[in-house]
Amino acid sequence: MSSQVTQEALPITVRNVTKTYGRVHALDDVSLDVKSGEFLTLLGPSGSGKTTLLMVLAGFTRPDQGSLKFGDREMIRTPPHLRDVGMVFQNYALFPHMTVAGNVAYPLKLRRTPKAEIAERVERALETVQLGGYGERRIDQLSGGQRQRVALARSIVFEPRILLMDEPLSALDKKLRDRMQIELRHLHEKLGMTTVYVTHDQREALTMSDRIAVVNHGRIMQLADPQSLYEQPENKFVADFIGDSTFLPVHREGSSIVAGGTDLTVTRPVPEAEKHLLMLRPERVRLLTGPAPEGVNAFEATVTDLVYQGESYLLYARLRDGTEIAVRGAIRSETFAELPKPGATAQLGLDAADTVLIADTEG
Amino acid sequence: MAVTDMNAAGLRRDERLERLRLFGLASPALLLVLVILVIPVGWLFYVSFIGADGSFSLENYERMIKRKSYARIFWTTFQVSLLTTGLCVLIGYPLAYFMSQLPRKLANLCMITVLLPFWTSLLVRTYAWLVLLQKNGLVNNWAISLGLWDEPLKLVHNLNGTLIGMVHIMLPFLILPTYGAMTAIDRDYLKAASNLGASPRRAFWTVFLPLSTPGLFAGALMVFILCLGFFVTPAVLGGGKVILVSMKIVSNIELFVNWGAASALGVVLMVLTVTVLWVASRFLNLDRMTGGGH
Repeated sequence: MSSQVTQEALPITVRNVTKTYGRVHALDDVSLDVKSGEFLTLLGPSGSGKTTLLMVLAGFTRPDQGSLKFGDREMIRTPPHLRDVGMVFQNYALFPHMTVAGNVAYPLKLRRTPKAEIAERVERALETVQLGGYGERRIDQLSGGQRQRVALARSIVFEPRILLMDEPLSALDKKLRDRMQIELRHLHEKLGMTTVYVTHDQREALTMSDRIAVVNHGRIMQLADPQSLYEQPENKFVADFIGDSTFLPVHREGSSIVAGGTDLTVTRPVPEAEKHLLMLRPERVRLLTGPAPEGVNAFEATVTDLVYQGESYLLYARLRDGTEIAVRGAIRSETFAELPKPGATAQLGLDAADTVLIADTEG
Repeated sequence: MAVTDMNAAGLRRDERLERLRLFGLASPALLLVLVILVIPVGWLFYVSFIGADGSFSLENYERMIKRKSYARIFWTTFQVSLLTTGLCVLIGYPLAYFMSQLPRKLANLCMITVLLPFWTSLLVRTYAWLVLLQKNGLVNNWAISLGLWDEPLKLVHNLNGTLIGMVHIMLPFLILPTYGAMTAIDRDYLKAASNLGASPRRAFWTVFLPLSTPGLFAGALMVFILCLGFFVTPAVLGGGKVILVSMKIVSNIELFVNWGAASALGVVLMVLTVTVLWVASRFLNLDRMTGGGH
């Protein structure tokens, strides 16, 4: 199957791309480098500009200004049908008047590929997405997951060097989505195309990407690998958008840093800023049974709610300064009964290594 | 056992009652169809088999077969209907395409202008064409003063006039379903085609046109069938030169007071129309056309 990689992947260079609709900045001076062969995800809430950016890459949205290069070639004014990028649409956009094979053969026919070669490449592409032998089916005979695979086969059959995907899994149910995430990841490793993937699902982004660009208000808030993004977000938006978190205001008392009434031990670098927030992830906070060990920041709190969620529990507790935070922990057969009930006091611990301070700026 | 059977009889009765009530809602319409369609058509059948002497006879049908003029009239009707349909497709499809590409508000405005003629009487529109197209009418006068042609052209009281009038009256019937089918086409199909390497022209021929043909066929079929029985416009603008079946029916009654002959023509015309519909439904998915599909 590695024979499918006949062309090298291309890097994408985006420079100062701006797109305004009336007064709204859909894209606000965006610059981005996608490395050759990389799986990069544009992650953001709806209306953040992530889809607009993808449409600029595909050529369906004409920006007001900026530069876009595939490799060394300037593409910003190239019409979409000459860009030679594969794209998987959110609703798949499979042609209903063609069979599965007709859909997959479509880009090859446009490129005047010889008939025998078309048949061979169509079948190979369908096998790649595990739909070998489905060629003669009509589109309306396929399930959602199968349509998704056909759309994928159609977008890779002409061996584009860049692949764009616009929330391709959002219409599938959760189990199928989870499996397709892994499959897409494998496929990317096998084909090696530079891939730009749009989603609003943070878990999907974390699962699949080499790097994630978090987008909001038409700007890239942070571009980093999944782990850095989760562990060390650069601003409140990213910290808030990725994972659940609560924020505690931090003030300085002399040389010490205080949050939630506790003098914090901080080992991680503190970003340059006037004001800071302490980011608390529910799964990084734990219940302490005895006195706080060395290197653990302890908070005194009153339990307000305890929720059973199957594989884990979620405990809400109010700190002395009134802030409510959440604690998530795994449930083994014996633990749930021993957890403190609402009204009880509890000691919450946060390892110094998980004590992340972020700059408190708006936006 | 007793638990699973509980209320079963009552629930079944409720379901029957519900169906009966639904049927009750439809009954006025059913009665109307019976009174104004089934009974008159049955009567038409009956009359067509009554001869001049008032007894049962096949003479009305025999006459149609024996006299060459009848075959010619049917042939003319067929030709005129086909020509009108063809011209409507040639004019209507591009117009519908144009409208489907406009922003919604502008498209609605265009649609109003397309439908505007519906609010004027058919007779008025037909006579308006007579005024415009006659020998010293607006069209000829302007064309001559602009130097487009030297002598007044015969634009009316012949096939030209018949076609111009019929195309004008029929155009909305073609545009409506075609435009409907076009606006239902997801724009993402065209984006996908373009992304896969199709130039705008290729995308039109390979994706847009095939997806819009069900609407186009529905419109064309409607126009063709309406043309088969069209009377007012061809009668006024044809000037007696273009004789269609409908005109022959009228002359049979008004001139010759031969209800039997007129009825027989009516029956044949109806059978032809139903045949056209039946053939069309064999080749095309009528469900899809009327929007029942999807």
